[in-house]
Amino acid sequence: MALLNLSSPHHHSLNRTSRLMMWVLLATVPGLLAQSYWFGYGTLINLIWACALAVSFEALVLWLRKRPIKPFISDGSALVTAFLLALALPPFSPWWLTFVAVLFAIVFAKHLYGGLGNNPFNPAMVGYALCLIAFPVSMTQWAGTESTLNLAQQWQWFWTETMSGGIDGYTQATPLDLMRHPKGLTLDELAATNPLLGLGLTASAWINAAYLVGGLGLLALRIFTWHAPVAMLASLGLCSGLFHMGEPDLYPSASQHLFSGATMLAAFFIVTDPVTSATSRKGKLIFGASVGLLVFIIRSYGAYPDAFAFAILLMNLAAPLIDTYTQPKAYGHQGNKDNER
Amino acid sequence: MTEDQSKLVMDGLWNNNPALVQLLGLCPLLAVTGSVVNALGLGFATLLVLVGSNLLVSLIRNKVADDIRLPVFVMIIAALVTIAELTMQALTYELYQILGIFIPLIVTNCAILGRADAYARKNPPHLAVLDGLSMGLGFASVLVLLGAMRELLGQGTLFADMHLLLGPVAQNWTWVIIDDYRGFLFSVLPPGAFVGMGLIIAAKNAYDQYQANTNLTQKPHIDAGSKRVRVTGTIT
Repeated sequence: MALLNLSSPHHHSLNRTSRLMMWVLLATVPGLLAQSYWFGYGTLINLIWACALAVSFEALVLWLRKRPIKPFISDGSALVTAFLLALALPPFSPWWLTFVAVLFAIVFAKHLYGGLGNNPFNPAMVGYALCLIAFPVSMTQWAGTESTLNLAQQWQWFWTETMSGGIDGYTQATPLDLMRHPKGLTLDELAATNPLLGLGLTASAWINAAYLVGGLGLLALRIFTWHAPVAMLASLGLCSGLFHMGEPDLYPSASQHLFSGATMLAAFFIVTDPVTSATSRKGKLIFGASVGLLVFIIRSYGAYPDAFAFAILLMNLAAPLIDTYTQPKAYGHQGNKDNER
Repeated sequence: MTEDQSKLVMDGLWNNNPALVQLLGLCPLLAVTGSVVNALGLGFATLLVLVGSNLLVSLIRNKVADDIRLPVFVMIIAALVTIAELTMQALTYELYQILGIFIPLIVTNCAILGRADAYARKNPPHLAVLDGLSMGLGFASVLVLLGAMRELLGQGTLFADMHLLLGPVAQNWTWVIIDDYRGFLFSVLPPGAFVGMGLIIAAKNAYDQYQANTNLTQKPHIDAGSKRVRVTGTIT
C-alpha cells in the first residue's frame, strides 16, 4: 500500500482568484449604492453595460488567443475591471465612452500584455486615463447632486446624449474642480458663495465613507494587507494637512482630500490590485505612500478633475523597481546582499 | 530585374522595412503621422533624401577613407536635408510650417545613415539608388498608413488638407468617412501613434507567421512512387 507522503500544512486556502474577485465585487456594493443615491441611475446603467462589454471582450480576446474561455471568464477579473471603470466614469457617461474605456482596459491594457497576472498597468485605470485624455469634455461632466432624472431620462441620455423634459442643469463641476479653480476667492468664501460646493462635498463624503466600509470589509477578510491603503491615505492626509495648515485659504483640508473624489475607491480597490502594485510589504508601503504624494501633487497643481488614474499608472511603472529594492530577507540569508550585482 | 534587385525591393518594402522591422526613424514616424498629408509630406522628403544620399555615397565610395566616412556621410545627408527643407519652404510653405522641426530632423533619421553605411558605400550607384528608393518607399508607406489610421480614428476623415502638399488640385479631396464624428483625441496625440504603430507591426508579424506556417504545411510534397527500399505491399 502506498502511503501518501504529504507534508504540512494541510489546510487549504479558500482564496482562489474567483472567490477573491467575488468578494471585491461585493465590497463595492455600498459605494455603488451611495453613488446611485446621490447621482441617480447613471452608475447602475454604466455598470451593467460595462460588465456586458467586459465579458464579451474578454471572451473574444481569449478566443483569438486560443485560450480556454470558461476558466478565464469565470475568474471574475474582467468583471472587477468593469466594476471599477463603471464606478470611476461619470454617471453621465454615454454608451460609447464606456465602450472605449472597457475596450482599451480589457483588450489593450490586459490581454495584449498577456492577460491576468502579466499586465504591468491596472486595466481599469488605463481605460479611464485614455478616456480622460481623449474625451476631456465628457469625462469632466460629473452629475449634479440634485439631478432628478428618472430612469427613462437617464436611459435616453445614455444612448442619445439628448435630454427631454427641459432639464439643463444636470451636470456640475466636482468639489475638487471647484476648489482648484476658486476664481480668486478663498476656500471659505467659495463655500459661502457657492452652495453646490458644500452639497458636493457632502455627497462625496458619503460615497467615500461607503467605499471605506467596503474596503474595511475586504481588509477583515484578508483579501489584501493593510500596508498599501494605509500608506496611501496617510501620505495624502499628511501632505494635504501640512499644506492646509500653511495656507488654509488655498489648500483644502486633509479630510476634504480624503473624503472627496475617488480617494477611498482607489485606496481599497485600485492601489491594492495584486497584479500591478508592489508585492513585498515594505514595497507596498512605498507604493501606497508614493501614490498618495502624487495624488496630492496632481490634484493641487494638475489640470484634470482627479489624479488617481495618473498617479496609479505612474506608480505601476515603478512597481518592479520598488520590488527589486525591497526584496525581503529569506530565512538564513544575509538579506538580498547575496543577489546584489 | 535580376534576383538581387528584386530582393532589394522586397527587403525595403517588406522583409526589412525600415519602420516595421528595423524600427528606425521612429521619432518622425510617431510625431508627424497625425494625418495623411503630414505623413505623405515627410515620407516624400525622407525618400528624396534617402535616394540622394545613397547615390552620392555610392559615387564617392572608393574615394573616402573608412576612418572618416561617417562625418562625410553626415555632411552629405545634412546638405540634402537642407535642400529638401528649402524646397518645401518654397513650394509647400504651410506644410513646412506644420511639420516644423521634423524636416531638419530628417538628418538624424537613422534609416538614412544606416543605409549609407550598410549598403551604399559597398555597392555601385544603380543598386544604391534602387535600395534607397525601396527603403524610402517602405518608410513612406508606413508613414502614410499610420497617418491614415490616425486621421480616420482621430477626425473621421481621410486626405484632409491635401492641397497643402499637392496644390489647388487637391482642394476638395477631403473624404469625410464618418459624419458628425466627435473626434478621438487620443489617436491624434502621440500615445495614439505608439498604439497604432504597435498594431501595424503586430499585423505584419501575424501575416508573416501565417505565411511561414502555410509554407511549412505545404512543403512535404511527396513524389509519386515509393522511395522505400523494401516494398512489401502496394502503396497508393
